[in-house]
Parts: sequence; structure tokens; C-alpha cells
Amino acid sequence: MHRRVVITGLGAVSPMGVGFEALWGGLLQGRSALGPITRFDATGFPCRVGGEVAGYSAKDHVPKHYRKAVKVMARDIELAVGAAKFAAEDAGLITRERGEGVETTYPADRTGCHIGAGLIATETEELSAALATSRGEDGRWSAARWGETGMGNLQPLWLLKYLPNMLACHVTIIHGAEGPSNTITCGDASGLLSIGESCRVIERGDADVSFAGGAESKMNLMGMIRTYLAGRTGSSPESLDGSKILRPYAPDSCGVASEAGGLVILEEEAAARARGAKVYAHVAGFGAGHSGWPPYDDGSGRGPAGVVNEGLVLAMARALRDAGVGSGEIDAVVPGALGTPAEDTLEAGALRRVFGERLRDIPLITLAPNIGQCWAGSGGLAVGVGARAILEGVLPARVHAGGCPNDLAAGACAPQPRRLRTVMVCGGSLGGQNAALVLRAAG
Amino acid sequence: MPAHRVAITGMGWVTPLGTDVESVWGDLVAGKNAVGPVTRFDASRFPTNFAAEVKGFDLADHLEGAGRFAPCGESTRYALAAASHAWRRAGLDRAVAEGRADPTEMGVYLGAGEGTLDYDNFFATNLAGWNAAERKVDGRAWVGHGLAHLTRVREVEQEPNVTVGYVAGAFGCRGPSFNCMTACAASTQAIGEAFEIIRRGDAPLMFAGGSHTMIHVLGMTGFIRLTAMSQRRGSPQNAARPFDQTRDGFVMGEGAGVLVLERLDHALARGAEVLAEIAGYGASADAFRITDIEPNGRGAQAAMTQALRQAGLSPREPGPDGRPVVHYISAHGTGTKENDKIETLAVKGVFGPLAPKVPFSSVKSMMGHLIQAAGAVELITCVQAIRTGWAPPTINLATPDPECDLDYVPNQARDLNPHGGVEVCLSNSFGFGGQNNTLVVRKFRG
Repeated sequence: MHRRVVITGLGAVSPMGVGFEALWGGLLQGRSALGPITRFDATGFPCRVGGEVAGYSAKDHVPKHYRKAVKVMARDIELAVGAAKFAAEDAGLITRERGEGVETTYPADRTGCHIGAGLIATETEELSAALATSRGEDGRWSAARWGETGMGNLQPLWLLKYLPNMLACHVTIIHGAEGPSNTITCGDASGLLSIGESCRVIERGDADVSFAGGAESKMNLMGMIRTYLAGRTGSSPESLDGSKILRPYAPDSCGVASEAGGLVILEEEAAARARGAKVYAHVAGFGAGHSGWPPYDDGSGRGPAGVVNEGLVLAMARALRDAGVGSGEIDAVVPGALGTPAEDTLEAGALRRVFGERLRDIPLITLAPNIGQCWAGSGGLAVGVGARAILEGVLPARVHAGGCPNDLAAGACAPQPRRLRTVMVCGGSLGGQNAALVLRAAG
Repeated sequence: MPAHRVAITGMGWVTPLGTDVESVWGDLVAGKNAVGPVTRFDASRFPTNFAAEVKGFDLADHLEGAGRFAPCGESTRYALAAASHAWRRAGLDRAVAEGRADPTEMGVYLGAGEGTLDYDNFFATNLAGWNAAERKVDGRAWVGHGLAHLTRVREVEQEPNVTVGYVAGAFGCRGPSFNCMTACAASTQAIGEAFEIIRRGDAPLMFAGGSHTMIHVLGMTGFIRLTAMSQRRGSPQNAARPFDQTRDGFVMGEGAGVLVLERLDHALARGAEVLAEIAGYGASADAFRITDIEPNGRGAQAAMTQALRQAGLSPREPGPDGRPVVHYISAHGTGTKENDKIETLAVKGVFGPLAPKVPFSSVKSMMGHLIQAAGAVELITCVQAIRTGWAPPTINLATPDPECDLDYVPNQARDLNPHGGVEVCLSNSFGFGGQNNTLVVRKFRG
């Protein structure tokens, strides 16, 4: 008997606000949450626009006994913890989060957790303060002083704040998820790969329910400088309106970094139906593929010029085959649409290859103009938005300030009702990993 | 649709004892130790100033055209070398040339660690950005120094998905590619999930394994602050002592292990040598505390039980030859007080009264803890145990610990051939934070 996987809960902590409703509401209104960075002094960067989640702390979203643990959570972890809580709530799941000894919806050992993560940036305040105690006679950092006393200025659990698997570990502890758990770290593809793998775990019978998606924050000095050096963000000193500078597929667009956590609850369909869960969509297909060139090999980081991202083409083809649907049946696509021209060009080439002439008629649901580039946080949000759009029969509004090629349906538009039976969510990463999921209306 | 069987047809490693599978195996059986003073940077005043370093490594000795990987950090270069050995051992160089294997269908699943920081510039940037008078970071100064000194290549190299990108790129792999970072369990998990990908039919071939080095300033610092590493500065060679009563933490190692996993019918059709068969994989989470292991080893037991069940083995019943059904366990065996005690409890929980009869050793006593690469390297030792019939020892086991009372193959390797050799091995890896993974591998019998 083939086990099918459905999406029953959506959780988001995004620049649009705290909770999935804030994200969905903002998308329907065509709002962009990108603006001047306020959390730290970003005026030294060529682009000082970002997507910050305002007024959010995981402290407000963990059980009372767990509040102390927030001290050892990097921002990425805090985002994941909140998104997990909201996803579980939305699915109507009772987990250990409600208290030790409560009757949970699923047994602990049938609950999985697959949360993608990035390279978590060290908080510069704590590290710099410690490094500054270890200057040698020449004013430079001294390994000897660091070894003798300097490192003692880092809190004992310092490392645990930054291990990428701590997103999943905190969520498993809070919710009592003792089933299979993984931490996939493949940049922007992390969330989709995590959801794909989590589906496989449920399909093969190793779990009945899981938390799946990802979270990441680039809203710190280290994250910002890395995204800039990686060519993801550019120079935009003249504008502080992110939705004007980030324009997917426009050749003169400029990327904007952000932060977000996006998780979904996946459940084995029969179990979800038996408990009367609200079903957003069925995850009908998953595919992954590698771009096939060493990352950054030619110095541009994007492979040889003029080349199509074959890995993304393969990922989409594999997901379609897995779902048993043709590309002609896809009613909408949620692509990466990052707004970084070189990567957008590669992605557009792959979309053209898979959908051919029909591409111009397939609405693209783009999220980056609204919430920026949130790396490992993006996949869970993209799947959540795709699933919600299917359930509601609505295409969210699209923000685009111009310059999109004519054959891509990514220009600005108002929200519109649309029967969506089958939606593809896809994307790649700077490291060459690509993934695609096919979501279908349940029933 | 019946699941496919999964063969191991290639394997390669880079370890503190060397890079050749057979010679390193010989060293392990001989009980050699690779621990010494840290030479990679000045750790002389660190509370832990020793590690098991990879010595004299040059990628050009292992891979053609190594020059184009010059900007890569150690972890990526180790992974490329290990993958290159595995590729050739599997005969994929010839098979691809002759059209008997298609690299565009081959995937990569690694548990590779983050790249190495650009320390000089990173630390200088943090110092330049520090406003000592106000005791806070001056963002403009920090960014100004950073933009002038940090480079694209070195920063992007640190992203944890870059190693897998290089490996896929170097061998033309366009199948499913993933990287996971479940700390010390990562490469076991990567192999387990790659095994599932092939079992399901999503790819016929996968590179699977991991690579890592944390022998750098902040890597060592992080574990020193956690008090997880041995501080036996007087005798580093004796510092890695899993299951010994006087153990005081793990010893850092570094390296890579990469295997070629292959759908069995695909391997047989192209005439590949099957080195062993992966029979089971289990994954679980402690869901307990970020700093401590669940005291009964609940998660470890769940991972082992699941892997054994998938392999069709009942651990509490003796096999037809009267021996336990598992002939060798590669322990996670880090040498921390907590791990060794709880892993012992967990093995007892799974194997019951038969637990003392299963040889159960930790090669971390010789190579140190390769962190994310540990599981892959240890799975290769299991394949070697199957191929040779020998169990490698746990060295430095001088003072028995009453709480660790199983058969750790103390100090001397054991020839199990007189008892029927090694048909089935189990390999454990448990990550900091509670993600646990177990693999069961067995001799290929048609």
C-alpha cells in the first residue's frame, strides 16, 4: 500500500510578520516588507536594504520552562522554533510543547523533523569582545592570549548557538519529536530538499508526521557581507525601497538579503484524514538534481556563460515523473525568482526548457520582492504559499517594479481567483543543488 | 514495487593515519595512534593543544587536474581525494568511459562540514570593528575593514554546500545532491539517506560520505568551552581512551570518507566488485536536551533497533552459528564520560544478554574524532572488518570502567576468522544535540 503525504499545517516567521497569516495577508495585498536595515549599522554596505522580522523573539513562543534556552539560540534557531510552533498549531497537532504528559496527536517516535539551515553567522558583539581581550603586543590577535584567557570570555555553550543542527534539535526537544531528524544545508535549496526528504521518510513508513522546511537569517554583519561578496546582493545606494530594486528576472535587478523561518507539517494522508485534519495539498512529486559544475569554478560562481542549469531542469523533470504528471498540467510555479540577475537567467532558462511555449501563460508566484532572499528559510515558505494558494484557489498579488522578460508571467498584478490543481515549487542554490516539488489539490 | 538492494562498490578515505584504504586498515589493526601536537596553528597555550591531524596531504596525489581546486579549504580537498579513490575503486573511470555507467544519473549525499574561516582577515575585521571605549561593534568600521580584506572565494568557500558542489562537479554528477550537518552523525546519516534514495529507485549510483576539519581556532575553542575534549596535555597519545575509566573527553581528528553506493543489479550488470551490502539504516532524535544525551540511550536504541529491523535481524536471538547476529559494532565511542556509558547501556538494551558477546570497538582511540566525517570512515572500517574477518581494537583501554563492561576489543585487534569471520557489522553515530544514526552492513552473498 503506497503511503501518500499531505500538508496539514503552515508556519512562518517572515519579514511580513509573525505567523503564516501575516505572510499570506501581505502577499494578497501586494505588500513588500523590504526596507532600510535597522537592527545594526548597515550604512557601510553598498546596499543597506534588507528584510527584517520586526518585534520577534522566540521567548514569546516557547513553553515557559524553555525560555532560558533562548539564550543559546542564534537568530536562525529562533526563527525555526517560532515557525514550528505556528505550523503545529495550524495543523491542530498536540505535541509535548503543551506540557509533559499531555496526550499527543502522534507518538513521539512517529514524529520526524527535517529543518534545513545555513552557515549560522557568529554574533559579532560576543566574538569581537572576546577577541579584543586577546591582542598581543603588536595589537593583533594573539593565539597564546586567546588560549590562556581570551576564549574564556565566550559563554561555555557558545558553539551550540551556531551548530546548524540546533534548529532541528531545539524543535525536537520542544515538541518531543523522537523520529528521524536531519539538517540539510544546501543554501536556498535546503528547505525544498528537507521537505522532499521528509516526504520520503513518511512514505517509507519511518514516521507518520513531521516538521519540515528551514530557517536562516542574513540580517547580521557577517551574513550581509557574505551575501554581498557572493554576488547575491549588489549596490543600490539610491533607493531604500527594496521592492523597487529587487525585480525577479530583470537584468538590472539587485538582490536583497533577509531572514525567515518557514515550516510545514507533513502527514501520512490516511492518518491525517482519520483525525479530520485540514488538508492543504498532497505532495505528489519530488525531484533533485545537481548543476554539474564545480561552484564558483569560473570565478563568477554561476557556471560557464550561456549554460542552462541542467540540474534544475533534471530536478523538475524528476519531480514531474515522480508525480506522474506532465508539464502541461502545471497551473502555477513558485520558483526561486531571487532577483539576482545571473541566477535568475539560469532559472529562466530551465523554466523555458521544461515548459516551452506554455511558460508565458503559467503564473509565477514570486516571493522575493515581498520578503527578500532568506536562503534556507525560503523553501518552507514557498511550499506553504503554494499549498495555501491551492486550498484557497487564489493567486496572490505580484510585486514587480519592471523589467521582466515578456515570456515570464512574473510582472506586477493584483490577486486573482484561480482554480489551481497542480503547482510546482522549485529552486536552486549557489552550491549547485536544485530541487522541485509538485503539489496537488487534495482529494 | 520491491525495494532495490544497495551495494558498496567503492570507497576511499583521507585520515590522520593516511589515505590508502589497505595501509590505514593495517595501521588500525596494529593499534597505531595518530594523535600529536596541533601544527596547523599555534595551539600551544590552548587547554587542549593536540589533535589527530592529516599529515603531508596533497590533492594532486589523488586527483587529476587538482590545480583548479586550489582555492578550496581542507575539508573540500579531503572529500575530493576520498571521492576520487572511491570512484576508481568502483571502476567508474572505465565504466563511464565505456558507457556502462552514466554520471548524470549519479547523485551525491555528503555530511561535509563548513569550510575553514579566513582567520587572519576575519579576526582583523572583528578587531577593527570593535569600539573598545563603548564596548560595542562599530558597524561602519567593521564593514569597511571587511569589504577591504575579506574575499569572495574565501567567504563562499565556507558555505556548507560547497564541498558537495565540487565533488558533483569534478565527476559530472547530476543526480540528486544533498549535504547534511547533523554534527557527529552527519556522514552516517548521509550514507543512510543515499541508501534510501537508491532503494527507492531515485538514482542508481550515489557518492555518499562526509568530510570535515575542526582543527582550527574556533573549532577547537568551541569544544574546549563545552569541556568535551580531552585535556591530557602531558600524553596526547594516550588522550583518546574510549571506555576507559580515566577518559576525559574526545580528541579532535579530521579527514573524509566517501563511498560509492550502487543499485545491486546495476553493479552486477556492469561487473563491479561488490565490497559489501548495506542492509539497514536507522535514524532517531533524543529530543532530550541540547547538552546531554538521554540517560537511557533511548534515541541510540531506537536508531539501532530500526536499522536491525530493516536488515531483518533479531538482536536478542543468537544466529544459526550460535553467535550474536551482529559480529562487530563500530562504536560512536567518543571517549567522553557520558557517551561511552550511555552507548554501552544502549547496546545492552538492544542486544540484551548477548551484548557482551559482540566485539564493540572505537577506532576514535587511534584516529581521533573526525566529527562529520567520522561515520563514513567508520563504515569503511566495517567493510574492511567484513573483508578481512578482523575487528580493530580500542587502544588506550587500561583501566576498566565498571559502567563500561562490554567487549571493546581492548588494545589488541582480534582475528574473528576462527569463529566464522565477520558477516554483519553495525556502525553507530550520534550527533551533539541528539540526532542518532545507525547503519547495518553485511557481506555480499549473491
